[in-house]
Amino acid sequence: MGDAAIQVEGLGKRFGDVVALDGIDFSVPERSVFGLLGPNGAGKTTAIRILATVLEPDAGRASVLGHDVARKPDAVRRRIGLAGQFAAVDPNLTGRENLRLVGMLTQMASSAILPRAAELLTRFDLTDAADRPARTYSGGMRRRLDIAAALMPRPLVLFLDEPTTGLDLQSRNELWDMIRELVHDGTTVLLTTQYLEEADRLAQRVAVIDGGQVIANDSPAALKAQLGSAVAELGFEDEPTAEKALGLLAAPYAGVEREGVTVRLSTNEGPRVLIDVLRDLDGAGLAPSTLAVHEPSLDDVFLALTGRHAESAGAGDESGESKRSRRRAAG
Amino acid sequence: MSAATSVVERPVLVRAVRDALAITWRNLIGYRRVPQLLVFSTVQPVIFVLLFRYVFGGAIRVPGVPYVDFLMPGVFVQTVVFGSLATAIGLAADMKSGLLERFRSLPMARSAVLAGRTLADLTRNVFVVVLMVAVGFLVGFRIHTNAFALIGGILLILFFGYAMSWIFATVGLALGDPETAQAAAFPVLAPLVFASTVFVPLESMPGWLQVWAEHQPVSVTASAVRALVLGGPTASLVWQSLAWCVGILAVFAPLAVRRYRRAV
Repeated sequence: MGDAAIQVEGLGKRFGDVVALDGIDFSVPERSVFGLLGPNGAGKTTAIRILATVLEPDAGRASVLGHDVARKPDAVRRRIGLAGQFAAVDPNLTGRENLRLVGMLTQMASSAILPRAAELLTRFDLTDAADRPARTYSGGMRRRLDIAAALMPRPLVLFLDEPTTGLDLQSRNELWDMIRELVHDGTTVLLTTQYLEEADRLAQRVAVIDGGQVIANDSPAALKAQLGSAVAELGFEDEPTAEKALGLLAAPYAGVEREGVTVRLSTNEGPRVLIDVLRDLDGAGLAPSTLAVHEPSLDDVFLALTGRHAESAGAGDESGESKRSRRRAAG
Repeated sequence: MSAATSVVERPVLVRAVRDALAITWRNLIGYRRVPQLLVFSTVQPVIFVLLFRYVFGGAIRVPGVPYVDFLMPGVFVQTVVFGSLATAIGLAADMKSGLLERFRSLPMARSAVLAGRTLADLTRNVFVVVLMVAVGFLVGFRIHTNAFALIGGILLILFFGYAMSWIFATVGLALGDPETAQAAAFPVLAPLVFASTVFVPLESMPGWLQVWAEHQPVSVTASAVRALVLGGPTASLVWQSLAWCVGILAVFAPLAVRRYRRAV
């Protein structure tokens, strides 16, 4: 890792009486992925907008590749790509025309625009739809086109604001692969997310933001180490069976509890434990009828860091991914 | 990866013109792909022509000329005034969709979004006004002067429409929502278009209304165009209309630019 691609010091922004950013600091090394993790309204989008020169900060400083975002916005704009929270493509233009427009407006050489657009359309699997107006695209296609647009001028720093919100699993995994590939090719990526899993899979470093402040800045592994563990929920036919299962599991494993027909088991040893548990249960003729595993969520990070749940009720619950942010029914 | 190699350094003015034209191109594609926008902005004035030519027109007396000759110059002006609403709707939609946010993160001229929007709407006005002139001729409108005067009148109407676009650019950016912009525009437009000499002569209104109706920009422009195509003293009216255009631009262009700088 080389120098800092993004440097943020004491950055503050308020909208009227609302303090969106209350003096945040972080720095992002070149050729890495940095995650800003936080619930809705934490200030993630405001931070990205300031770094992408869309908003001006009220306090503090921020620079991208050595250029101050407030004093040299044009120098910053020549080096960045931004894909905001809403796919910002023109619905009346075709995919190819959208990329062409961004190519023109990023001052690309005219001769380079169409080849680059074709390259990105292929890479983002949009070749078949390239000459259809973007309003006919699915949500996932629009999002891919949006990110392709951000990549038109080969930016050195890429800002992605909740890039996978609203994407299905397959599109999400494809996007994750694409982000890794970009970083491999030399791009620095700053992304915001509400999902611990996403930050864990992609980012080398994560800043957790809450109420406009950075409350943790660490590697995903270190953050997860601060957390409780994954929870396995085993569902049984009836309460007596569940009680028998509890009796069987309570001796060898710590952190086992029963609630109705459900037995919960906390573990930080991963799937290994589950294999043992299921074998034990099967051996005793107590095979569960349902099984669910809950990974630690942003909410768990918050609980661990602040002792309270993430403030925004919408955190993680908006895009059909509520299972990962479901709170552990501990009490 | 050789980053940023394909990017060209262009002189400020060249960049401003290229970027404005790129945005104009993009907006005109919108008009081509969503012809409803164009059709509705044409159908409405055509309905007004038919309504006033054949329904209300018989009851309206204007001295000296057939009513249709009085009516059409007013309708041309009315067309661009209602058409300027498209500027508000277009910018508000771009703001709502997040496109303005993207544009603001690009190394493009800060003037391009507003220049490109208003230029596209000017281009659309050329099309709509020429069409309305043709409709006018079909329903019996005749010019009493010459073709040059008609062309001069059309240029004045287009300039007036361009100035009106900047009023609605400000409105669109201030409201940030296309539906709201549309709803908010009518109370602004109604007194300009209806309390005017677009459809009826000044003398038919009560005295207190005449003060407004005589001097407000839509009436002044309609009267100037009438003088150009029907004959009579033109200079004073044309100058008054041009003064309105320049005044509107002087006030609303800076306001729109300021709004754009703050809009996300």
